[in-house]
Amino acid sequence: MSALIELAGVTKVFHEGQHNALVALCDVDLALEAGRITVLQGPSGSGKSTLLSVLGCLARPTSGRVRVAGEVVSNLPEAFLADVRRRTFGFVFQQFHLIGGLSARTNVMLPAYPTGRTHSEIARRAAELLGQLGLEKLTDARVEWLSGGEQQRVAIARALINDPRVVIADEPTANLDSALSAEFLGILAGLRDEGRTVIMSSHDPRVCEAAVVDRVVRLLDGKVEA
Amino acid sequence: MIFQKSVLALLFASAAGALGALAAGPHALAVWRHWDLETGRARQLRLERRSSLVSTGMSLLLVVQAVTLLLFVFNADRMASQFVGAMCAVGTLQVDGFGFPALIARIAVFFGSGIWLAMNAVDGRCRDYPLTRPKSLLLLALIPLLALACGLELAYFRGLRPEVITSCCGSLFSSGSPAVTGDLAAWPVERAMPVTFVVLGGAACLSAWVARHGRGGLALGMAGLLAFVVALAGVVAFVSLYVYEDPRHHCPFCLLKAEYGYRGYAFYVALFAATAAALGAGALAPFAGRGRSPASAARLQSATRALGGVALGGFLLVLLMTAWQITASGLTLFPHG
Amino acid sequence: MRAWINRQSLLVDYTLSALARHGGRNLGLFVVYSGIVFVLASTMLFTDALRREARLLLAHSPEVLLQKLKAGRHAYLTREDLESLGQVRGVSRVEGRRWGYFYDPVAGANYTLMAPGVDPPDRGRIDVGDGVARARGLAVGDTLSLRSAAGGLFVLVVGRVFSAESSLVAADLVLMHPTDWEAFFQLPGDVFTDAAFTVDNPQEVRNVARKIGERLPEARVILREELLRTYASLFDWREGILLALAGIAAAAFAILAWNKASGLSADERREIGILKAIGWDTRAVLTMKMWEGALISGGAFAVGFLAAWVHVFHLEAALIVPVLEGWSVLYPRFVLTPAVDAVSLLTLGLLTVLPYTLATLVPAWRAAVTDPDQMMRGTE
Repeated sequence: MSALIELAGVTKVFHEGQHNALVALCDVDLALEAGRITVLQGPSGSGKSTLLSVLGCLARPTSGRVRVAGEVVSNLPEAFLADVRRRTFGFVFQQFHLIGGLSARTNVMLPAYPTGRTHSEIARRAAELLGQLGLEKLTDARVEWLSGGEQQRVAIARALINDPRVVIADEPTANLDSALSAEFLGILAGLRDEGRTVIMSSHDPRVCEAAVVDRVVRLLDGKVEA
Repeated sequence: MIFQKSVLALLFASAAGALGALAAGPHALAVWRHWDLETGRARQLRLERRSSLVSTGMSLLLVVQAVTLLLFVFNADRMASQFVGAMCAVGTLQVDGFGFPALIARIAVFFGSGIWLAMNAVDGRCRDYPLTRPKSLLLLALIPLLALACGLELAYFRGLRPEVITSCCGSLFSSGSPAVTGDLAAWPVERAMPVTFVVLGGAACLSAWVARHGRGGLALGMAGLLAFVVALAGVVAFVSLYVYEDPRHHCPFCLLKAEYGYRGYAFYVALFAATAAALGAGALAPFAGRGRSPASAARLQSATRALGGVALGGFLLVLLMTAWQITASGLTLFPHG
Repeated sequence: MRAWINRQSLLVDYTLSALARHGGRNLGLFVVYSGIVFVLASTMLFTDALRREARLLLAHSPEVLLQKLKAGRHAYLTREDLESLGQVRGVSRVEGRRWGYFYDPVAGANYTLMAPGVDPPDRGRIDVGDGVARARGLAVGDTLSLRSAAGGLFVLVVGRVFSAESSLVAADLVLMHPTDWEAFFQLPGDVFTDAAFTVDNPQEVRNVARKIGERLPEARVILREELLRTYASLFDWREGILLALAGIAAAAFAILAWNKASGLSADERREIGILKAIGWDTRAVLTMKMWEGALISGGAFAVGFLAAWVHVFHLEAALIVPVLEGWSVLYPRFVLTPAVDAVSLLTLGLLTVLPYTLATLVPAWRAAVTDPDQMMRGTE
């Protein structure tokens, strides 16, 4: 099976050319297969989030090559990179990053706004996803009224609105207790069983050692440890 | 100087265009020198970001330049009532020596803007941004043009004094006038009419071909320019005569007056739009063939096709209006048919 | 195309909800913006309407007027002068007009006293403009007492009051019988203040005027088209001054708009970051921001313009009349005919929407290029 996402010689430098330049990733080679749950593990500052950003087309590498489903994306300008990102990836952030003042449904719908689908089509899909995650009663509730676990499920529904092949989660269990963490891992297992690929970063041993995880990639100082 | 709202608006719009282009100049230069999509280095990311600003801002300003050409002419026509001897826009434009140069510069800005807007629109749809560097070069070329247009306009409006006695279109567009306009007016109808129809018809046919095949933009660009010049000459030589139903009135500006139902605007808007589209297709042509990605090549081709379609529509409208003008007119220049 | 429409409608949808959530910030801006549009639009609508009134008014006035001068001062025309002038080729009719100014200390205003050649009021009766009627509280049937130059008291009965609609110039007019007029100003019966010429061929007006001038070298010949031109440039000049002032206000406003647009709240910054991270590209955010600008300027434009319309055509432009008029003590009270033209609208749009859009473009772009990976980096 060929890799879904391939990184070859990827380097990412922040504040390039300035005195506070920071090499976040250094010559990373990595191949991630489809249909698996992969965890990036490492201490904070090891480059986990930067690697997730590059994998998920949120950022372009300073040098090196990124392929997604065989297509080179590392030289795509922003507008087209965003297009690949929308079609391929869904994101669940550590702080959930929901927009307050809007309903759960609207939050879920937002990633689909620039795609050119109709409002009713997106709204239907959003209600469906929220239903699957057990939030059918809360679709019209403002997100700030929801509990932490509910908010995370809204964030997951939002990640799935464009039906992505890959779900990326950044430290997803950092703000959850162990019961909710276990529930979250269950949801991820379900996504994998639907054929999606899951990539997440975590330094939580409960996650790294969980049975559902297929592969753990260790990072240190911007390099992948063998 | 005449202190009037349209004058203020026109000066503001052209100053904004010139200053905007000037402000975008350093960016355009940097793109021309350093643009390289293959890297994700900080400079390239900065250039890409800034490009989104420059392309949005310049699109806005250049669309405004196109609209202000219309306002410029409309305003000249309207102000004719304020100058002794002026009957239409020609009189206003002749109040000082800068009127016609300002108009010509505005027309040049119009076509330059049209080409830039066409390139910009296509560029934004292609993944490899094939036109970003040429587009920047064109923007650099537009800076002096916009500045010149703005300067001429300022000089023209400064020279507008109500006490100046100007001359009307009758003296400029008559066969006795020593200027080139006089030669145009003296162009015999029996020769001018077939030449105009053949050239416009040819341009329309070529547009149709380009609209179908998405190729041949360069030829269309040149044909469009030729058709533009010939159509304007045709207006002076004979279209005007049929409109005014007067065998001696050759003015191409009186067409814009309310007495003739503003039909000049319809005619000129169609002609200018068709020419701009043809020039746009011509500007895209050099980039169609080279080893770009297949997706970009397809985009360029479909854009060329669309521009060909616009040119076709415009030239057909011009042809139809000209033919209608001749048949509907009460003037008969050829008694036997 | 369909996808494009869907995309735009959803972006507008989002913009509206964002305006509802962060709208307070834009409220002050909206008010100032509407105010500027209001001033500009009031000025334009008012001067356009004045120009139109003047044109309509002068459409009925004679093509050529002649005033006789002696030693550079106004002198009266005699009947012989008129007969001689009537023989100029191209003149189809010449009419001697008799009128004069009179300062009324009671109203503190100047009246124009005129004896029309045709269809004058009966002896002892007068027709007055609405300005005079207002100044002296006159209605039909009332009497107006005027003390003439020679000191005699004239008691005149008002036969007719010109309606307010008729024109700007009729406001200070008093029409009387020629005999009353002669008695009032103590002038002989065969002198005329000036002469009005009718010329049939409009192409020949200038030539005829030149020939008239040759007959009476020491006379002032006034052409209607010159009057029109003078009126037009007078209004233009006043309008220009007001617009220039408003332009300064607009510049200040653009700076304010820039400031407001730059000062995104932390919430808005976070929102845009989230949108970028979940799949919006720079163009989508920029478009959304442009929609925000368009909704604000469209709304302010509509509000300001409608308010200006009401102000000019229904409230008699009360706020700008003192600046734009003011060459006569008797302010004519008139109702202007509502009208607007495309050039004025386009001009107004260029002078208001364009500066606002340009001023907010750079801040909008700054917000739109927020790094999408910033949310991942946790730089909150």
